[in-house]
Amino acid sequence: MSGLDDPDAVFAALIAAHAGLDEDAARRLDAMLVLLLAEAVGDTARVMAAIAEARRLI
Amino acid sequence: MTRFAAPRFTARPSPDDGARHRVIVVGGGLVGLTAALDLARRGIGVVVLDEDDTVSEGSRAICFAKRTLEIFDRLGLGARMREKGVQWNTGRVFHGAREVWNFDLQPEPGHAFPAFVNLQQYYAEAWLVEACEATGLVDLRWRHRVTGLEQVEDGVRLGIATPFGAVTLTADWLLACDGARSFVRESLGLPFIGQVFRDRFLIADVVMQADFPPERWFWFDPPFHPGQSVLLHRQPDDVWRIDFQLGWDADPEAEKQPERVRARVRAMLDATLGPQAAFELEWVSVYTFRCRRLERFRHGRILFLGDAAHQVSPFGARGGNGGVQDADNLGWKLAAHLRGEAPEALLDSYDAERIQAADENTLHSTRATDFITPKTPAARAYRDAALRLAADHPFARGFVNSGRLSRPCVLRDSPLSTLPAAGLPPGAPVPDAPVRRDGRPAWLLGALGDGFSVLFFGPPAQAPAGAIAVSPTEAPGALWDCEGLAAARFGASAGHVVLVRPDQHIAAHFPRHDPAALAAARRRALAA
Repeated sequence: MSGLDDPDAVFAALIAAHAGLDEDAARRLDAMLVLLLAEAVGDTARVMAAIAEARRLI
Repeated sequence: MTRFAAPRFTARPSPDDGARHRVIVVGGGLVGLTAALDLARRGIGVVVLDEDDTVSEGSRAICFAKRTLEIFDRLGLGARMREKGVQWNTGRVFHGAREVWNFDLQPEPGHAFPAFVNLQQYYAEAWLVEACEATGLVDLRWRHRVTGLEQVEDGVRLGIATPFGAVTLTADWLLACDGARSFVRESLGLPFIGQVFRDRFLIADVVMQADFPPERWFWFDPPFHPGQSVLLHRQPDDVWRIDFQLGWDADPEAEKQPERVRARVRAMLDATLGPQAAFELEWVSVYTFRCRRLERFRHGRILFLGDAAHQVSPFGARGGNGGVQDADNLGWKLAAHLRGEAPEALLDSYDAERIQAADENTLHSTRATDFITPKTPAARAYRDAALRLAADHPFARGFVNSGRLSRPCVLRDSPLSTLPAAGLPPGAPVPDAPVRRDGRPAWLLGALGDGFSVLFFGPPAQAPAGAIAVSPTEAPGALWDCEGLAAARFGASAGHVVLVRPDQHIAAHFPRHDPAALAAARRRALAA
């Protein structure tokens, strides 16, 4: 289960944030999100583990 | 303003065709001259062969890092470099027209040298030549080009072309300081492996009167050079270094044309200083770069230093500084071996220690280059995201990489170190600190000898024989740690004993004096 209390709202907000953006801008937005969230996690090992897990699933 | 006039050194015939010398240095550039001077100051005679008869053309390696300045100070040139050079500590990073952050590379006072001094390489080389000549032990042979090389029993035989005919000389030890296109390396057929970066940069040395402060300014995507980066450094004599990123598709010959360069500089000055700023071009070069190194830096009686051993991209000023630090690492070891104080194994530690340093320099300069020249759309998106965030979010400034500027390598896994350590660990360069000696201000590094030094933290009455006392109170003969910075930077409490190598790196750090342990640490530091 997600640790977020309203995953639907978060998911919808992520999609909505990309509305009207072209491919490049969407990519920049995602990159900024990743960097902001990495800082919010604030733990290098957990960030590295997330990077490795995402790559594993591709 | 006096401008630099390149000296022409006199080439003379070699009178000793067929002779054997203990040490021959191939390449009389920044690194070769530093190595020769260091050896000469340790009493070792050196022959230096250089294919040219002058100093470097163009300013080239302009950023001399604090540790390099400390090495040059040990060699007697530190004050001259600090006085002539442009001292700087601050870097500013711009994204577009906007400053996104700035960093201070030396945020604390209490160091003899600033984080960096900008000085044209030709000054450093000219002064090194003077200093080498003053020793009487460096035999500088200009217009001597090595054309053949053969490894012989306990030495290396060199074929040398000179304007006066060919000569042959044999070296017990050969120091290959002959640069990125090293003849010595190529004639041994040694693989020089690494990465080429698909980008081109224009370097322009511009002479102008300008009000930019003595700082490093780096622009990502500035309005005057859209889509690329620009780097600005101030040098002495009103010379400014401007690096323009051009991209891989740029035509190097076309980009070197003075009209083209002038237009780029004009656009930059119009956007930063205003349209009236006058300038002239002094030197222009277009370059690509690569990060690569030899697998080993010692090959029998041949030792590779500087660009002959390893090449890095220029972002971070790790090329020239790394090379000078190679010479600093090797000089005392070779001298100790030649004096019969250490086995040949000591020279293997040059290989181990400087390969670690080269890899560290490569890692940092590669990361900087990957940030400046993103290789993929994803890399570019992350780069631009970091820059965009950096203006508003201090945390994101840590991602912005316009070059992680040269810091000395901490030789963590050195075979010469004795562990465990009681404070600042072995392998670290000795931190400088302000002290007072005999009532006068002095610097801790300046008090170290040319050989091994032992520092004792405490009153001189308790210091072991031959040790330099770093005392919390004023005492005759001691270094008075008047601000407490020496003890703080060493992490040293009363009674600590630190063994310092001749290259001013820590070999051992004990919590109290133990004569047997100290003697063993010293033997270990000599690979004995």
